[in-house]
Amino acid sequence: MNKQNNTFLEWIDKRFPLVSTWKEHFTEYYAPKNFNFWYFFGSLALLVLVNQLVTGIFLTMSYKPDSSLAFASVEYIMRDVDYGWLIRYMHSTGASMFFVVVYLHMFRGMMYGSYRKPRELLWLIGMGIFFVLMSLAFTGYILPWGQMSYWGAQVIVSMFEAIPFIGETLHNWILGDFMLSDAALNRFFAYHVVTLPVLIVVLVFVHIIALHEVGSNNPDGIEIKENKNPQTKIPVDGIPFHPYYTVKDIFGVVIFLIVFCGIIFFAPEMGGYFLEHNNFIPADTLKTPDHIAPVWYFTPYYSMLRAVTVNFLWVDAKLWGVILMVAGVAVFCFLPWLDRSPVKSIRYKGPIFKFALTLFVISFFVLGWLGTQSPTPLYTLLAQIFSVIYFAFFILMPWYSKIDKTKPEPKRVTK
Amino acid sequence: MADSFSINNEMSGRRKFLVAATSVAGGVAGVGIVAPFVLSMMPSERAKAAGAPVEVDISKLEPGMLLMVEWRGRVVWILDRTPQMLATLEKLEPQLADPNSEKEQQPDYAKNRTRSIKSEILVVEGICTHLGCSPVFRKDIAPEDLGSDWLGGFFCPCHGSKFDLAGRVYKSVPAPTNLVVPPHVYLSDNVLLIGAESKETA
Repeated sequence: MNKQNNTFLEWIDKRFPLVSTWKEHFTEYYAPKNFNFWYFFGSLALLVLVNQLVTGIFLTMSYKPDSSLAFASVEYIMRDVDYGWLIRYMHSTGASMFFVVVYLHMFRGMMYGSYRKPRELLWLIGMGIFFVLMSLAFTGYILPWGQMSYWGAQVIVSMFEAIPFIGETLHNWILGDFMLSDAALNRFFAYHVVTLPVLIVVLVFVHIIALHEVGSNNPDGIEIKENKNPQTKIPVDGIPFHPYYTVKDIFGVVIFLIVFCGIIFFAPEMGGYFLEHNNFIPADTLKTPDHIAPVWYFTPYYSMLRAVTVNFLWVDAKLWGVILMVAGVAVFCFLPWLDRSPVKSIRYKGPIFKFALTLFVISFFVLGWLGTQSPTPLYTLLAQIFSVIYFAFFILMPWYSKIDKTKPEPKRVTK
Repeated sequence: MADSFSINNEMSGRRKFLVAATSVAGGVAGVGIVAPFVLSMMPSERAKAAGAPVEVDISKLEPGMLLMVEWRGRVVWILDRTPQMLATLEKLEPQLADPNSEKEQQPDYAKNRTRSIKSEILVVEGICTHLGCSPVFRKDIAPEDLGSDWLGGFFCPCHGSKFDLAGRVYKSVPAPTNLVVPPHVYLSDNVLLIGAESKETA
């Protein structure tokens, strides 16, 4: 039996690099031995991606991308398709959990300096995934064609009108009409089920290839490749990804699935945060709901969008709001070059960085909460203050990371 | 390398020119094939044809009442303003960003204080010039949420922009300009045509 297996593998291997690929990326990919729970979120993101792809395929079997049929077809999935409710809740909960997992994954990178040399490109590819994920979330939220789908999309698409000169043409080009209508729903469906999923799968593949080229960072932020066993050439602080981290990740998966199922079965709408109440009303093109807010994962950026209320430097407040919002996302791309600290990990960074990161996290949550609220003069002021803190974290980093009092890094990874 | 196919030598002159020419030709072909796909995404002929003007009978519109009609998929408001409402327009002018309607957001015949043809009847697109939400008609005076100096107007729930009863935008709100007045004309005393300036051009 074993011999037969081997000959079969040999047959394959002469035609496709199966064994060597398996070794390179699993049994002989050496990851630092000191990963903690923050390192679950990369593999969990992959799990949620698979969940979205599989449930998505089954949803397209019953969904109709037509402005007069879309809303009813979603209700049809919920009521009349066997297990349709389960598949749809897996997909809608998966969308929110995707962001939970990705935000934690990014925060891990910020704590341990995973964006630093030699992982700048890895970080940028990750940001690419983040942009595609946001586009997927946006196009997906339009599909049920409820009130929030319609007016949320209206707000986002109107942002393009703020661009000088080409704004209006671009807006009409994006929508395929002079306003948000059936044409736009149909094409956003195409993006959501074909273009963007293909892009995200390719980018995730490239992300992993880049990761395995430079090797994983770790909570100590030191390079395990700089300390190899002279005989075996294997990093002394590295352990093979399989079986050590496959088993560890399976444990993470089990915990995650318990939480995930709990949400699906007991709180799929999450009190209006995962599925907003207004989206259970069919789109009405004549009436904006009294209170509109994006889904929770966009609210920090949404707060920045509406924080700008004054015209400044020949550019009006509307365009500034859009610029600020885009910058709020894009600014992460510059992290590898903003951080001038001699050490990577927060474990060895000084008090200024810890203070700055804490302020940043607080401002992210406050902006996120403000984005779910109706605007009042006080909330607008708060949004302005916390937007400034959010950006100060990045813009001032070259200075405060340089003067910060750091501790020396260890030679070997610690516990 | 000392072989006769030395790349450096071959890349000069004729080969260099051929590589450049092929790249340019390929680039032109590339742009050529992208163009039809990009253009296919512009509004279709059917979408363009759907923009026909609409006729509205306003004989049943009472003072202080707001009528909503749809033109090109956009909501258009027709508001019959009472004399009290018209009196607020002048009072609010210090708080407005563009009280004299300097920016091209209206046809010439609506470039006046009331932004209308007939002073009491306001015809305006009910779409916030910020990000396209539809503001709410708030004729209540000094409500709790909008402050004691609110004299009635339109409030956008999305981002808090405020407009007066002529659709003029307040200062220091996210919306940059006044609401858009669509082209319109009175076919008779009580029949309004929205989307064109005469029956013939319609």
